[in-house]
Amino acid sequence: MTTTDLFALSPLLTMGTFCIITMLGIAVRRHHATIAALAAASIVMTLGTLPLAASVVPRTVAMLLRLDTYALLYMGLVSAATLIIIALSYRYWTLHVEDREECEEFYLLILIATFGALVLTASVHFASFFLGLELISVSLYGLIGYLRARRAPLEASLKYLLLASTASAFLLFGMALLYFETGTMVFAEVGAAMTAHGTKPLLWLGGFTLVMVAIGFKLGLVPFHLWIPDVYQGAPAPITAYVATVSKVAVGALLLRFVSDLRILEVQILAMFFAFLAILSMFGGNFLALQQQNVKRLLAYSSIAHFGYLLVALLAGGPFAAEAVTFYLVAYATMTLGAFGVVTARSTPLRDADTFEDYRGLFWSRPWVALTFILSLLSLAGIPITAGFFGKFYAIAAGVQADLWLLVLLLIANSAIGVYYYLRLIVTMFDRSAVAIAVEGGTGHEITGHWATVLSLGLIASMLLWLGGYPGPVIDFIRLVVTDLTATVLHASY
Amino acid sequence: MILWLLIVIPLLAAPLAWWAARASRLLTLWIALCAFAIDGVLSFIVWLRYRVPEHAIQGQWMLESHTPWIPQWGIDLHLGLDGLSFVLIVLTNVLGLVAVVSSWTEIRERQGFFYFNLLLVLSGVIGVFLALDLFLFFLFWEVMLLPMYLIIAVWGHENRRYASFKFFLFTQAGSLVLLVAIATLALLHRDATGAPSFDYHDLLALSIAPSTSWWLMVAFFVGFGVKLPVVPLHTWLPDAHTEAPTGGSVILAGLLLKTGAYGLLRFTVPLFPEAAQTFAPIAMSLGAVGILYGAVLAFAQTDFKRLVAYSSVSHLGFALIGIFAMNRLALQGAVMQLVAHGVSSAALFMLAGALQERLHTRDMRRMGGLWTSAPRLASIALFFAIASLGLPGLANFIGEFLVLFGSFHTHPWLTALAATGMVTAAIYSLALIQRTFHGPLGAERELPDLSGAPFAVLVSMMAIVVWLGLYPMVLLSTTEPILPFLHYLGPSTPNAAPSQPSDNPPILILQPLPHLSHASTR
Repeated sequence: MTTTDLFALSPLLTMGTFCIITMLGIAVRRHHATIAALAAASIVMTLGTLPLAASVVPRTVAMLLRLDTYALLYMGLVSAATLIIIALSYRYWTLHVEDREECEEFYLLILIATFGALVLTASVHFASFFLGLELISVSLYGLIGYLRARRAPLEASLKYLLLASTASAFLLFGMALLYFETGTMVFAEVGAAMTAHGTKPLLWLGGFTLVMVAIGFKLGLVPFHLWIPDVYQGAPAPITAYVATVSKVAVGALLLRFVSDLRILEVQILAMFFAFLAILSMFGGNFLALQQQNVKRLLAYSSIAHFGYLLVALLAGGPFAAEAVTFYLVAYATMTLGAFGVVTARSTPLRDADTFEDYRGLFWSRPWVALTFILSLLSLAGIPITAGFFGKFYAIAAGVQADLWLLVLLLIANSAIGVYYYLRLIVTMFDRSAVAIAVEGGTGHEITGHWATVLSLGLIASMLLWLGGYPGPVIDFIRLVVTDLTATVLHASY
Repeated sequence: MILWLLIVIPLLAAPLAWWAARASRLLTLWIALCAFAIDGVLSFIVWLRYRVPEHAIQGQWMLESHTPWIPQWGIDLHLGLDGLSFVLIVLTNVLGLVAVVSSWTEIRERQGFFYFNLLLVLSGVIGVFLALDLFLFFLFWEVMLLPMYLIIAVWGHENRRYASFKFFLFTQAGSLVLLVAIATLALLHRDATGAPSFDYHDLLALSIAPSTSWWLMVAFFVGFGVKLPVVPLHTWLPDAHTEAPTGGSVILAGLLLKTGAYGLLRFTVPLFPEAAQTFAPIAMSLGAVGILYGAVLAFAQTDFKRLVAYSSVSHLGFALIGIFAMNRLALQGAVMQLVAHGVSSAALFMLAGALQERLHTRDMRRMGGLWTSAPRLASIALFFAIASLGLPGLANFIGEFLVLFGSFHTHPWLTALAATGMVTAAIYSLALIQRTFHGPLGAERELPDLSGAPFAVLVSMMAIVVWLGLYPMVLLSTTEPILPFLHYLGPSTPNAAPSQPSDNPPILILQPLPHLSHASTR
């Protein structure tokens, strides 16, 4: 290990160090604001080291991690999302401090999970993949059940535990099979060994499939989505936001690298497997979302559908697909954060704002919060001049380019279905009949617009508009970044 | 830059009107009125200042504005104005004024936000009529949807939720089909030249393999056909019209439907001339079916607004036939029909709104005998009913007549079928008048007659209809020079359609789905 390696690793090292500092900080003195500020500072420091790392990349460190601009982009995205979640959750926990819930460890766990996410974005080896995944999962068990006095979070936590450990089991078994066949755990070498081999042994395909099942669990793809909505519904709102954005984006980043390093799309049967996952996720997510009466569940199913769209883009293969997937993930993170951010901002100490009733007439009583929410939902629905539209456009263009007509048509059909349930939520906010009720029947914990909440929601809203209205610079940047990833061209033979 | 002003004026007036509503209702009204007035005057100035006859003959844009936007995708901010855009923009501004006036007494709550949405819709519509970059076009196309949806959903009548959802879902699904076709075109351009492009001119010059071209044409047709509305895709329209507030109906019937026709005129046919030629019989049959179907259903309605809504389906069938008849006369008829229908249906919806305001019902069974108590309202309604049934001397007649006259050579039977639409129009239009205004008095009390601004507006709309009916050359000569270039009827173009339709056009429906790699580079 050289000094350059250390520079390359600086985001990870910084984050790790700050996890320890935060832990010690909590041990010394429990003080909500201080710890929250410390956690935010850790993320800012990590973001600050990205340019330093960028000066020495691309670089593979100890076989486990490959630090390239691609990894750094996702590190930036993951860190920024975490920062916003920390800002949003400050108000949320302030309300709970009065209930004598101790909330300092929350920030520590978030930092550790983010550390895991950072590892995932850079891993090129099954060991680091597994470690990163477990860091996220184990922290999330605690985070999801953090409000231990309530029943729903505990149930959600247990369900997540079962889900995540099932995923880990699948992953380990898959890894073992691949290792058995190739004698290596480095993605690219496994891929190379497979390419060198003419026919693919069944164990090999089985290994890939098992690993994909694990990733499917993590991304909530149908049919591995079973408890994901329960987890979303039960978890405290900021954690739901975290699960939906940071953990999914990190796994998404890994998936893209995994697929391109292993050249999975060259194997027809695996490409078919992906196509089935995409179709099932799109339809499953959207149809189930149609029936939801709970906002968090609705957003959970919608995120399942969104990863279906993402798979369509991924299946197209090639640098263009990498570009499309990356853009989609950036847009997805922004709009999902916006949606869950509003849910967090509307929550009270007693419960999270997760029914439609909580949003009835919101536009007339709190126009700015409502506008942010509407903007996020429109973006999720893929309406122009929002980030989501460009994301969807990218996915469609990638699909069209690779002649995946069936998938593109299904994507369109599903987008049309999706519009319906997003609109249902939007129209609730415009319901003019209920304004009087909402005002007089206020919960008594009516939102005092905390500056961190206002700032982060404003930031998200402007990001959504910027990505949708003037994406040129971002596209340029992403193009630059994915060349690192796709030095070897992946190609769809499906 | 001036072209951008046309779009930006209502766009900027929108938040201003919203904000002004806090201070004074009247100020909001004046801001909205001024925005449309300035916009209208500005478009006339542009027209007078930049109209160079030679340009018109060569099919060039009178005024163009071109700035790069997202260069990676070949997306530019590209606007252009020609005679067709000009006519439709003037129509937009006129109907904008009409919508503002007709909403004035009806919309009593959250006025600021209503006018915000109204201005936004019209800003989007003007953008649609000006955009020459397909991506930009799609953007405006979608931008006008959402405020329209809100207008129906927030200020609509009893069944507003259902109607607004249906409206949005139908148009959104159509738009997505359109979006795929647009993206495919851009990628085809990249395959051919190395760089994607959404520019109208670039795509016109692109040569596309026939089977690909066929499917793309169908996608464009579906996307625009939902808006027009073409018959199997029309079901959102009666609901949306019925439930929308008066101002919303005026905009919907007068303008949003026209954007569909404009899309067919400007994009579908010119981009895929050969495929459109092959498709023409199908499109024209759909038009004829729409004429009769709309007329029959219009007659069956008891709801005033629903009747007018179905009559729109019927009248726009003529526009569809005119667009696909592929000759100059029918095309002129189609454009005339668009303008005439825009004005007359807007007026009828305004009258429906006035009746609803007075009687609190749209049910014609509960009307009747209104002539004695509201003679002005009744006589204006009679005028527009007669206009829409196509009485010679009024604008609608010119439109329908030119369409029928133009398409008779090539498709005599279809034309004959479509012509019966003029008879059925007489039946339902007169039924409308008879049920509403004649017979014994249905209402118990005296009704206030039309007066003030609505009356003045309706009288000026009558003047427009008469003027265009007696002296259609104003409009025809404005759009005439550019029409050949919309359809490539002339020989001067790279992928001109054959002047005579080929004897046996290949049955392209049976072709497999296109593959991009098969794009020919002739």
